[in-house]
Amino acid sequence: MSKSEKKKGALHNVKQAVLVTVILLVLCGFLFPLLLTGLSSVIFPSQAGGNLLTADGETIGAKNVGQEFTEDYFMKGRPSAYHYNTYYEDAEGNQFYSDGSEFSGLASGSNNYAPSNPALAERVEADIEKFLEANPDVKREDIPTDLMTASGSGLDPHISPASAEIQIPAIAKASGLSEDQLREIVADNTTGKVLGVFGEETVNVLGVNLDIAEAMGLIDEQGKK
Amino acid sequence: MLQIVLTLIIYLIIVIPVGIYMYHIAAGKHTFADPVFNRVDGVIYKVCGVDPNKKMNWKQYALALLGTNAVMIAVGYLILRIQSIAFFNPNGIENMEPTLAFNTIISFMTNTNLQHYSGESGLSYLSQMLVIIFMMFVSAATGYAACVAFIRGLAGRTKDNVGNFFVDLVRITTRILIPFSIVGGLLLVWQGVPQNFSSNTIVETLEGAKQAIAQGPVAALEIIKHLGTNGGGFLGANSSTPIENPTIISNIIELFSMMLLPGACVITFGKMIRSSKKEREKAESGSTALQVEKRGVVSRIFGREGRTIFLAMGILFIIGLGVCFWAETQGNPALEEVGLSQSMGSMEGKEVRFGIAQSALFTTTTTSFTTGTVNNMHDTLTPLGGMIPLLHMMLNVVFGGKGVGLMNMIMYAILAVFICGLMIGRTPEYLGKKIEGREMKLTALCIIIHPFLILAFSAIAVAVPAGVEGITNPGFHGLSQVLYEYASSAANNGSGFEGLADNTAFWNITAGLAMFFGRYLSIVIQLAIAGSLMRKRFVSESVGTLKTGTISFAVILVFVVYIFAALTFFPALALGPIAEHLTLWG
Repeated sequence: MSKSEKKKGALHNVKQAVLVTVILLVLCGFLFPLLLTGLSSVIFPSQAGGNLLTADGETIGAKNVGQEFTEDYFMKGRPSAYHYNTYYEDAEGNQFYSDGSEFSGLASGSNNYAPSNPALAERVEADIEKFLEANPDVKREDIPTDLMTASGSGLDPHISPASAEIQIPAIAKASGLSEDQLREIVADNTTGKVLGVFGEETVNVLGVNLDIAEAMGLIDEQGKK
Repeated sequence: MLQIVLTLIIYLIIVIPVGIYMYHIAAGKHTFADPVFNRVDGVIYKVCGVDPNKKMNWKQYALALLGTNAVMIAVGYLILRIQSIAFFNPNGIENMEPTLAFNTIISFMTNTNLQHYSGESGLSYLSQMLVIIFMMFVSAATGYAACVAFIRGLAGRTKDNVGNFFVDLVRITTRILIPFSIVGGLLLVWQGVPQNFSSNTIVETLEGAKQAIAQGPVAALEIIKHLGTNGGGFLGANSSTPIENPTIISNIIELFSMMLLPGACVITFGKMIRSSKKEREKAESGSTALQVEKRGVVSRIFGREGRTIFLAMGILFIIGLGVCFWAETQGNPALEEVGLSQSMGSMEGKEVRFGIAQSALFTTTTTSFTTGTVNNMHDTLTPLGGMIPLLHMMLNVVFGGKGVGLMNMIMYAILAVFICGLMIGRTPEYLGKKIEGREMKLTALCIIIHPFLILAFSAIAVAVPAGVEGITNPGFHGLSQVLYEYASSAANNGSGFEGLADNTAFWNITAGLAMFFGRYLSIVIQLAIAGSLMRKRFVSESVGTLKTGTISFAVILVFVVYIFAALTFFPALALGPIAEHLTLWG
């Protein structure tokens, strides 16, 4: 091959590399997400929009995303480093979490405490004390593991059925609903294992609290968006 | 336990048709969908000026691969730096800072997907699509293309033609990745993964507080993230978030998506080697005296050589999975001490809907198949549970992502043949070719680069203040965080011990370099080995030939991998996870 031919070949390669990049950029990076958005908005409109839930017509949360609850008559979820992105806003527009610290913007994750990190044991111990205070009939060793440990995402919408059951007496007292009524609500919001094998049994905390609010007459109706 | 076994059995069934399909794509054989795809590909070749019949030798192939990746890096870097423009940016995201953009673009081009940013606050929807989703497709296709070229070299039909890089890149994208992504993406949306271009939703809660909920084209990213064994999440907490991975069904879809293609690669390898061998036998013995080989069902599907490799990878995988699952069910003694029952196992950092079993399975899979997606936080795993993902990235041969795992395993197979050859006093042969000085030197170089990158960078990081500042957990776990970061980078995995405060110039640049060299040095060396083997003549099998298509060779391979890992990584592991385990349980 002569020198000029070689140069031409190299130029041709560069041209191919650039054009292939552009074509694939449009195809994979633009047309594919657009096509998927179009298809899913037609076939699964509610899911594609994020499974938002409404109460009395107002959007109050998403089915799959956990929320932080502080009232005595609501069921509590697992601890979250980002408070489930739930925050308060004062008149000046300052945004802060329920514990008073500044809202850091939309986030997800955990504290990433190693099992040997003393900060983990400290946090768990403090949460246990708080929980025992709010649920005086509960014995320390009966608290299920999941309720005092943080999820990986900080947005876990679920707790285990045992964690729901253990909160029922205290919620019954605060809400005025009977324990049986609450057990029924929990059962309505419990999802079993798929085919009886895959996954774990879960209770959706937001679902439970929506039903509690409805039973207490705080909201009139709930729906999906 | 039962669900883990069932999940793996289903996997073994569905990997077979996918493997056969992939073999047809790689070998340029006819498939049922050709009428459509031939037209699509034809248009692309025409626009790009690609001549699909042009053959490349290994050097041209490697050069085309590197050149194309360089162009993609340049385009992607530019987009990250100007992403604040008001185009597909409803959440008003700012431009990315240079060292972070360098790290991000290397990370996604090398199929690592290590993320030093958080998707919620770091990327606009435009970047999520044009940089992240785009790179997820093409980096995977690049990896598979390299692997297919490598296999062609080993199968040795010709002396110097390993295929055409552009053709491989396009075919893999249009015929495998895009169609699979559309189907899988729709399945994920069905399970509740959002797919829209709306800005994040702010709602008022039942208690009168506000809550921010992430939106965006999540499903599109989510499916190719797993199919291409990429692993970088749309959101900071990746597939542990109920937005990216809302149900157990979506979890299993994601799990299978990342396991399918690497497994299929091994089948492709086995089938290509077998068909080339058959052709050779036919030519040697004439069409009349065809040797009738007695073969079981398994070796018919995988090919003998493929079966050996698949089995060796499978054994390594099952051992790792067993240890990880066991360690996580044991719980955390430090929490037991403060009075929290550990009957559910170690639940810190895990989601209730996945529990211990699906978390351990996902963790072992994501690091074995070098995906790097996580459905629980690896930093919070128990010490031994966290050692398994670390170890599997250090091994980098347990299936591995996008074909690279197979190429690495072949390196170990060559090493194993060499060691066995020394023991029985014969010239080592693999796949009918003599393994000689040049191949052994390249193999040794290829195998040593990986531990060198991990250990050298870790040593630097713990020696300089800029590195030590990133460590967030006290004690032995701090070293594990550093090792994990570089193992993940060098193996092009991308998962992290996420506690590490890694968005600093030091971590961005060192991890970026580890990813870059971990990816391209190995690919070029491996193609060189294939190129060198191609030129050799096939040697005919004799009684003294070490048979590599056997179960016993698979066992030998497992031992070689473990022995090499023990020699290189044991001291580091002893100071990290093992020491942490002993302090917790001691």
